Amino acid sequence: MGHLDELESRSVFILREAYANFKNLGMLWSMGKDSTVLLWLTKKAFFGHVPFPMVHIDTHYKIPEMIEYRDRLAREWNLPLVVGTNFDALNEKHTFPDGNADRITCCGLLKTEALRRTLTGEGKRMVFNHDTNQYEEDPHPEPFTAVIVGARADEEGSRSKERYFSPRDKQNEWNIGEQPPEFWNQYKTDFKAGTNVRIHPLLDWTEINIWEYIAQEDIPTVSLYYNHGDGQRYRSLGCYPCTFPVQSEARTVEEIIEELRTGRFSNVAERSGRAQDKDDEGGLETLRREGYM
Amino acid sequence: MAVENLKSEKKTDVDIQEKMNIVFVGHVDHGKSTVIGRLLADTGTLPEGKIEQVQESCRRNSKPFEYAYLIDALKDERAQSITIDSARVFFKSKKRHYIIIDAPGHIEFIKNMVTGASRAEAAVLVIDAHEGIQENSRRHGYLLWMLGLKQIVVLVNKMDMVGYDQEKFNSICDEYNLFLDELGVKPLCYIPVSGRMGDNVVNRSENTPWYAGYTVLSALDQFKKEKPETDKPFRMPVQDVYKFTLYGDNRRIVSGNVVSGTLKTGDELVFYPSGKKSRVKTIETFSAPPKESAVSGEAIGFTLDEQIYIRRGQIAARANETPPKVATRIRASLFWLGKHPLLTKKQYTIKLGSARVKAQIETIHRIIDASDYSTINEKNQIDHHDVAECTFRLSHPLALDLSDTLADTSRFVIVDDYEIWGGGIILQAVDDEETELLEEVITRDRKWIKSEVSMYQRAEHYSQRPTLLIITGEKSVGRKRFASRLEKTLLENGRMVYYLGIGSFLYGVSADLKRQSPDDNWHEHVRRMAQAAHLFLDAGLILIMTAVELKQSDLKIFNTIINPNYIETIWIGERVTTDISYDLQVLGGEENMDRSVALVKQLLQDHGIIFSL
Repeated sequence: MGHLDELESRSVFILREAYANFKNLGMLWSMGKDSTVLLWLTKKAFFGHVPFPMVHIDTHYKIPEMIEYRDRLAREWNLPLVVGTNFDALNEKHTFPDGNADRITCCGLLKTEALRRTLTGEGKRMVFNHDTNQYEEDPHPEPFTAVIVGARADEEGSRSKERYFSPRDKQNEWNIGEQPPEFWNQYKTDFKAGTNVRIHPLLDWTEINIWEYIAQEDIPTVSLYYNHGDGQRYRSLGCYPCTFPVQSEARTVEEIIEELRTGRFSNVAERSGRAQDKDDEGGLETLRREGYM
Repeated sequence: MAVENLKSEKKTDVDIQEKMNIVFVGHVDHGKSTVIGRLLADTGTLPEGKIEQVQESCRRNSKPFEYAYLIDALKDERAQSITIDSARVFFKSKKRHYIIIDAPGHIEFIKNMVTGASRAEAAVLVIDAHEGIQENSRRHGYLLWMLGLKQIVVLVNKMDMVGYDQEKFNSICDEYNLFLDELGVKPLCYIPVSGRMGDNVVNRSENTPWYAGYTVLSALDQFKKEKPETDKPFRMPVQDVYKFTLYGDNRRIVSGNVVSGTLKTGDELVFYPSGKKSRVKTIETFSAPPKESAVSGEAIGFTLDEQIYIRRGQIAARANETPPKVATRIRASLFWLGKHPLLTKKQYTIKLGSARVKAQIETIHRIIDASDYSTINEKNQIDHHDVAECTFRLSHPLALDLSDTLADTSRFVIVDDYEIWGGGIILQAVDDEETELLEEVITRDRKWIKSEVSMYQRAEHYSQRPTLLIITGEKSVGRKRFASRLEKTLLENGRMVYYLGIGSFLYGVSADLKRQSPDDNWHEHVRRMAQAAHLFLDAGLILIMTAVELKQSDLKIFNTIINPNYIETIWIGERVTTDISYDLQVLGGEENMDRSVALVKQLLQDHGIIFSL
């Protein structure tokens, strides 16, 4: 088995454990390369099927190509898709830069808080109806007890402290010091009511593994990842006010892999184009403790 | 954006495909993080400006710079000066990629060390030359052995603090080697190092002219990649059986990760502990060409020739290979990380592969004090951080292997209060009164003459799942009247149901036992009833039986002979005088009859045995 096969096999195992143990399970899908690989692995694990909803937290500030891609894949792959948004924050203009909030507050409201409400079912959820080809409000939003997330350990300091199955309390908070042990492919699957779980099947993958796998499996990705002639591309996707492209000539998946292999970016953090990381002094940790992905 | 690569030595002709997980363990403050930091710095792995950033931060806080701060980069950790979780670090040598898990040495964080070590393929154990072997030097060594890590290198660190004394180095090596010998663990080598000064970490030191062995980096490169265990018997704990009919897919796919051996289409499989048998029809894939075979390490799914009832929790093995053992008593070595002690009087959940059983400690054989590796015999509970050897009694038969034959299927974890607080490896499957029965059942199921009508067809035909309903309660509470009323109601609802009274059985099938002494033959009597019930269930019926105050020991015989998922127990009467955990309690007496019958019907519906009418 090659290294990608090993990574795939562990991730598939984790996905199947998640599906076997949690009734109200969902998967966060940002349309980025990582969570799209996760979606592909789900199809692998369940032999072409996606047996739980994909959940997108839509800030309404996403780069338009991302939304087009989301809707196209949802249709083509017949995906169960749920979209959650913090409409209160949008209506009250608690946003950045066009509203009355700073970057971190904006992130906290449009992502962390939106996610929390979407998971608990308090917030409005839109569900993609494949028959009518439209988003409709979920009349009975049930709380998710577990969500699968595409976090990788190599992305950023605090993420390397995650478990594959990581409990969060009622406030969605992550208690790093109190994490249960995790060994021998046995995960925490017994819970007190009120706890919910983040499941991380991609923890062992690196940025380059993700691209190698995209190449190997020929997984469709958002066009923003590639240089279309202006000498720049996105390395990490997010909201347009806070996400910037990097200088790169890479036009294809193969060229991106080549670029990463030659170490062109070896001294630059993957998320360096994400402004919110810099505003938060503890790296992403403060945001993550409160439930940021 | 400045993205120029200043570190030209990184452009080596590394086989960047190979990866290895390494864990660093050892007593607190023995210098694990420092060695790692040094390893990163001297291999040119650190991101641009990182060292300078940490150095600047140390200068501002008037602290001496330590490489450990590179890893303890989180705010609250810097205050604690210890690494609080298995933070991973990626770096590479000329040979391969390494993922280093910086396992902390502080005693309170052993659970994180276990987490880190179980993901690793090799371990680096760090001992302080100045302080010598400490409690956690031994404890971690013991845990590495139990976690199954066989590739170990031992660093004697802080050699600069003992003047690079060869004697000191040798005496620590000798003492630690004695300890590892007892466990049967052979380290690759012992290396004298100084993380702070960089001696023998990446570069050979001039301070230790008496040492000619590996540096830390070259020792890491000596570790071998674990090969998948393809030459061992096939084992696959069943994770799930998928049938996505909702999506128009009628394949019934048995899925899981192969933990040892190989599998080919056409292979005959036996599922344990049930003993059910079938043949592999296809190995299923998605977005890949069909497969003819699979090996250890792969996540797979296959369809079977014949539809047999299997579910999550069983272990698939090949019929022509050594089978796993099936046991209800096991002897095991274990470690306990729970805040509350592991008690003999309490019931816990054991998870092995995808199986879950309830378990209770029957005997504590010995508790090993990791701090000096002596044996404590007088304790009757296993405390926080103890390692011990005990025998467990299990609620249900468990399929397993022994730790000296197949590692994966010999490992289990212990769940208490929702958390995994312990782990163990099985040394022995211990015989008990159920062992003979278990073997009988496995042989029965293997030899079972298969009908062309499958269980599923029968269930579909009768619109019901075969079930044994045991009605039990105190004498004269009206069990029999209730049973026959229930039979009548279900029959009138169109169900295939039969009430078999114990008397009917005792004077017929078991007449020989009745003639002899019935009490002495009780076990045999229950065995025959259970085997008879098995026949009715195979025929697709809902069978009702009654028993006076059914005991857990009786139910255990039923659970061994019949799939426990097919048994529903109903306690009748207000006063409870049984040790079984019944599925439902109803009231006896004519006046409660209708309500009690309705409650049982509801239970059958809730459990998906019959559909609501």
